[in-house]
Amino acid sequence: MIRVILPHHLRTLASVGREVQLDVPRPVTQRSVLDALEAKYPMLSGTIRDQSTKQRRALVRFFACQEDLSHEPLDAPLPEKVTSGEEPYHIIGAIAGG
Amino acid sequence: MSKVRVLAGTKKGAFILTSDGNRHRWSVSGPHFAGWEIYHLKGSPLDPNRIFCSQTSGWFGQIIQRSDDGGKTWHQPGLKPGEPTTTPDGTPIAESNRFVYDTVPPNGKPLTTHQWYDGTQHPWEFKRVWHLEPSLNDPDTIYAGVEDAALFRTTDGGKSWHELAALRGHPTGAKWAPGAGGMGLHTIILDPKNPGRIFIAISSAGTFRSDDGGKNWKPINHGLHSQYIADPNAEVGHCIHRIAMHRSRPNVLFMQKHWDVMRSDDAGDSWHEVSGNLPSDFGFPVDVHAHEPNTIYVVPIKSDSEHFPPEGKLRVYRSKSGGNEWEPLTKGLPQQDCYVNILREAMSVDDLDPCGIYFGTTGGQVYASADGGDSWNPIVRDLPAVLSVEAQVIP
Repeated sequence: MIRVILPHHLRTLASVGREVQLDVPRPVTQRSVLDALEAKYPMLSGTIRDQSTKQRRALVRFFACQEDLSHEPLDAPLPEKVTSGEEPYHIIGAIAGG
Repeated sequence: MSKVRVLAGTKKGAFILTSDGNRHRWSVSGPHFAGWEIYHLKGSPLDPNRIFCSQTSGWFGQIIQRSDDGGKTWHQPGLKPGEPTTTPDGTPIAESNRFVYDTVPPNGKPLTTHQWYDGTQHPWEFKRVWHLEPSLNDPDTIYAGVEDAALFRTTDGGKSWHELAALRGHPTGAKWAPGAGGMGLHTIILDPKNPGRIFIAISSAGTFRSDDGGKNWKPINHGLHSQYIADPNAEVGHCIHRIAMHRSRPNVLFMQKHWDVMRSDDAGDSWHEVSGNLPSDFGFPVDVHAHEPNTIYVVPIKSDSEHFPPEGKLRVYRSKSGGNEWEPLTKGLPQQDCYVNILREAMSVDDLDPCGIYFGTTGGQVYASADGGDSWNPIVRDLPAVLSVEAQVIP
């Protein structure tokens, strides 16, 4: 079970709490987590990744295990602590503004 | 007695302001979609309780919301609470957020480039929906004007959107350029007497007209004169801020341009200036009285580099002669130390008698006049910056 922590506005949009849990087949990657998230909560399609290019939106970041994974390859396996459910995968709205 | 509903989109959510037909006492609901930018809300003229909303965010992109009960509850079209979120074959249903330029032949157009701020060419990139225009004839058909400039349409109540790509594919497209606020298609006017005729306006490309439901488009900018472009009389490149039409007289259009208030009497084929005695002919909104097609309203702004009213006095100007002769309307509006702006989408009229006029400011006030502009009162004073105002009369 993969644990995903969503930013405030996406929780409101999907009508869920801070954390959602997803069944994701192995190997678990950022892409497979995001695909599973959008399949379970289709109202989030386009809010994290561009609808056409599937590229991460510029002001969204992905963190896990105190690491910024935003620029890591989407098909690279996620850390074992994330795939085991010990640590969550964070989707974060980047700080912007002054 | 009829009710009036004013839909206010702001930088941080949507607000719904409601009154009886006297328009003296108002109730306020909101914020709906708190924290999101609400570029526009508009109800169907066929069913005023069916309201569409453009909810957008620099972080999380574009969402379309729909209400079927006058704004009490909302859902993303195609995702009504309790309904399946996937098709039988498992495909997610989330098409209402999907605005993808149509590049597929025969109706699509290649994803070409437009002029960027530095003069280079830049590919079209979807950013947000600026304007939603429900059809006059079909409650499931809505047009959407988007940034980067293009026209989309839904025919299933907002569940799915498809580009009318002939506009973006117009041969002049490479010359279109974004204004300071982006290259948005912000005005869509449907001709009530000619179902195939659509007027649109883009900053900074100009005004275009289709006479066949969006299959073909013609630039209609003859007579516009813009000093800020290399050829002031160019076919395209003009920064149109707003166009308004009275439904009884669809060949007469009024325009607030970046500078100049303009008028056309031939459906946009030619324009002439009607700025007359305005203290400044820069501004954003323009609107027409509901019952007097020659009575029009603008809000002069000092200049393109100083977006606030001249002399710190918030004045709506009214012309009862279709332009050129203007009178300031000041009763109830601040006449000193006022430095707000009124954005292009932030003025609307109702069709009660006498006609109601409404406008919102970047300072968070929404002002209402229940007497055609003679006097004004604030409905609310402290909203986030107001991006859009639409008035509805509820039978």
